[in-house]
Amino acid sequence: MNLEQIVFGVMFVVALGGSIAMLFARNAVHAALFLVATQIALAVAFLLQGAFFVAAIQIIVYAGAIMVLFLFVIMLLGVDREESLIEPIPGQRALALSLGALLAVEILYVAWKGVDFVAGGTTANGNALTEINRDPGNVKALADALFSRYLLPFEATSVLLVVGIVGVMVMARRISLLSTAPRQSTEDIAA
Amino acid sequence: MIPGPDFLGLAGTIILTTLSTAVFLLFFGSRLNRWSTLAQRIPGWVGWLAAISVGRAFFEAIVLLVRLLERPEEHRSIAVHAFDWLSVGGFKVGFDFLIDPLSVTMVLVITGVGLLIHIYSIGYMKGDPRFSRFFAYLNLFTASMLLLVLADNLLLLYVGWEAVGLCSFLLIGFWFEKPSASNAAKKAFIVNRIGDFAFLLGILLIAGTVGNLTLGQVNAQAGAMAAGTATTICLLLFAGATGKSAQIPLYIWLPDAMEGPTPVSALIHAATMVTAGVYMVARMSPLFEASGGIALTVVGYIGALTALWAALMAAAEYDIKRVLAYSTISQLGYMFLAHGVGGYSAGMFHLVTHAFFKALMFLGAGAVMHGLGGETDMREMGGLRKVMPITGWTFMMGWLAICGVIPFAGFFSKDAILATAWAQGEYVLWAIGIATAFLTAFYMSRLYFRVFEGRVKVPEGVHAHDVPWTMAVALIPLAGLALVGGFLNLPGSLTLEHFLEPVVGESTVPHGLTPWLLAGGALLVAALGIAVAGSLYLSRSGNVRRRTLVHRLGPVAVAARNKFYVDEIYGYGIVLPAKRAAAFAADVFDPKVIDGAVTGIGRLVGRTSEAIRGMQSGYVRSYAATFLIGVVIITSVLLARVGT
Amino acid sequence: MTVSAGYYLALAGLMFTIGVVGVLIRRNAIVIFMFIELMLNAVNLAFVTFSRMHGNVDGQVLVFFVLVVAAAEVVVGLAIIALISRHRETDNVDDIHLLSR
Repeated sequence: MNLEQIVFGVMFVVALGGSIAMLFARNAVHAALFLVATQIALAVAFLLQGAFFVAAIQIIVYAGAIMVLFLFVIMLLGVDREESLIEPIPGQRALALSLGALLAVEILYVAWKGVDFVAGGTTANGNALTEINRDPGNVKALADALFSRYLLPFEATSVLLVVGIVGVMVMARRISLLSTAPRQSTEDIAA
Repeated sequence: MIPGPDFLGLAGTIILTTLSTAVFLLFFGSRLNRWSTLAQRIPGWVGWLAAISVGRAFFEAIVLLVRLLERPEEHRSIAVHAFDWLSVGGFKVGFDFLIDPLSVTMVLVITGVGLLIHIYSIGYMKGDPRFSRFFAYLNLFTASMLLLVLADNLLLLYVGWEAVGLCSFLLIGFWFEKPSASNAAKKAFIVNRIGDFAFLLGILLIAGTVGNLTLGQVNAQAGAMAAGTATTICLLLFAGATGKSAQIPLYIWLPDAMEGPTPVSALIHAATMVTAGVYMVARMSPLFEASGGIALTVVGYIGALTALWAALMAAAEYDIKRVLAYSTISQLGYMFLAHGVGGYSAGMFHLVTHAFFKALMFLGAGAVMHGLGGETDMREMGGLRKVMPITGWTFMMGWLAICGVIPFAGFFSKDAILATAWAQGEYVLWAIGIATAFLTAFYMSRLYFRVFEGRVKVPEGVHAHDVPWTMAVALIPLAGLALVGGFLNLPGSLTLEHFLEPVVGESTVPHGLTPWLLAGGALLVAALGIAVAGSLYLSRSGNVRRRTLVHRLGPVAVAARNKFYVDEIYGYGIVLPAKRAAAFAADVFDPKVIDGAVTGIGRLVGRTSEAIRGMQSGYVRSYAATFLIGVVIITSVLLARVGT
Repeated sequence: MTVSAGYYLALAGLMFTIGVVGVLIRRNAIVIFMFIELMLNAVNLAFVTFSRMHGNVDGQVLVFFVLVVAAAEVVVGLAIIALISRHRETDNVDDIHLLSR
């Protein structure tokens, strides 16, 4: 057992444990913290597989920015709310668990059939990525792909982000409209 | 194979000429009158075009006859192949024509008589709003009938058989504004369908037994068939013939068919279509012979009984066209009687002469109606020979021919039938035949005396006039044929019989003194019938004698006048139960069962929806769960399809 | 890189399934959103693993796009949640079932 396997093992336990713990965390803040842990573990998994830049992004954007946004909203709505453990929809939990189990079995079956679990990491392709990381470098190779072959989708994402920003701004404005404007308008109609 | 004239071309031309004219007239007949000033300038061009096309076919038929006669007797049966029609596995049906003495005889009769009737119709149908449609139908009929007689296999024959039935329906109901005409058309069609169904069953049985529908092959393999099968087939085919040729028990449509225009009655319901059954039995004669006596006995006795039965009804009828219709049924019975005793050539001979004199008499009756403004009741007529000389004299030829007066056509053909029956030892059939001959002479003389002799009597307000020349040119040749048609088959030479022999075989003829005695007897009977009619309808004291006679006959006369109540019996026995069943289906079965099933399905859907509506809970998570179910199912299906 | 790609894929699959189950059984809207993030993360892991298996960086590029989409989604989604909870005083998805009958 070498260092990589040890790191992988720790990462595996943290990622899976964090996910499962999310299921049982009654407080939203706890769930968010477990998610952060999971995401950091995933960043480690990315590092292990030679995706250095993505690992950095994972921590900065996901575990950093996005999760802060989550926590911010939680704070906004109230931290002290806790979910009750009683399930109001009959059969929902059993259905979710059994179907989830079925789906997991299916996905694992596909992985089992599709990938060699023993030699999967030491193939020529795996070494090819190592070569890429060494020669042009991970970031440079990514930039090459992103600004040449994937230029159009990349530009599309910028449009998506603009749309998202505009959408949020509109919704944020409507809050103020809802609080004040309707009354005025009904009065206008009455008058 | 002897190289020779293009028989396929001749046969094809004969049919296609009339068929193409029919199609052209159907689409452009009345339209051209609207579009073209040239067409408007030639009145009746439609009729002339139709007549010319039939004339062309008649000319081709004569060429066909000449070409056939050029060949040695044993090579006079020519099957020509136009194209493959059906090919199902080993079962093949070709679009084939058979040209042999029998079919050529029929083609000549159809086109020859058809030509005269077409010309007659130009005058008769003048001014009818559906003038061009009439000729389109008439040509379509001619084409179908030609297809029927020229067909080399039973399926093609059946196509013609149904097509003439259709044309008959269309033409009987030609004046469909009259309820009686449209009812008669429906009656003819439905009654014919009963026969046609049996006919189709017979064809299918042949296809199943022989595996081939070609006439020659079926007849050749008739001997190899089991007797029971052959008899069944023959009886089914004959059942078809009883429908088309108006025999007991399916004759009831023919008298009503007189609702159609009179040229139609002459062409379809006297000369050609109703003889299709006679032709078909003659055509299948080897099969009938091979089936062993039963089928032929049935044919003979049905024919004889129909002949007698229809003659009785004819004697009591007052409608001039209906008398002729019953007479046609009776004469068709004669032909079947001939077939039943193996006298196929005698039957065909009578078919030909009957086509001449009956077409003549129908056209004469049409001329009378034309002259008297559509009157058909004999009681309103009298002495018309003086008013309408051409009609009167030509009708007289027909009358003498059907009565069997020497040397008119009917004498020879009727005598041939009776002689054959006698020679075969079928004395019962002979006796029925001779009794019918007496009745025939009686009722035809009754008709002739009432309408054309005696004091002149026309319906009030009618200016009786004789026929225009287009009608006269049809009547006169037919009268000539009624006079000399019998010479086709004079007892000494037997021309027609020898001509037909290769197809239908030799018939038995009595020898020695017998034929002369028989002929003499028949003449005597005919003379007796005419004399009785004369004493009842010509002499001054006829009225009194008629009344006593009717009084003596009592219920028989009443029954005969009421067509022996056969229509009523069928009405109560068959039509009423069928109507009740239909009413049950419409009023009980349809609303309760069919509708019930439909509304039941509707209700089921409603109830199910009601039950399922609970699923629409509004909970996002329930929807998500449904989503997941779909994902799992799709994944499973994909996995199962990709496999391992 | 001695650990087989299969283990990473197995981890991704398990995390994805946990995300699915979480979406189905949790009622807090924000937590449900977190589980969606978890599922996206699982997919990202799978992409990176595929990138390694194929020996090129295309999989990693796709992770970028997933990231952008996730960011946009979170921003909009959280805004909606904030709006709803302002309006209806709840962040429990079961309390919002206006679609029923």
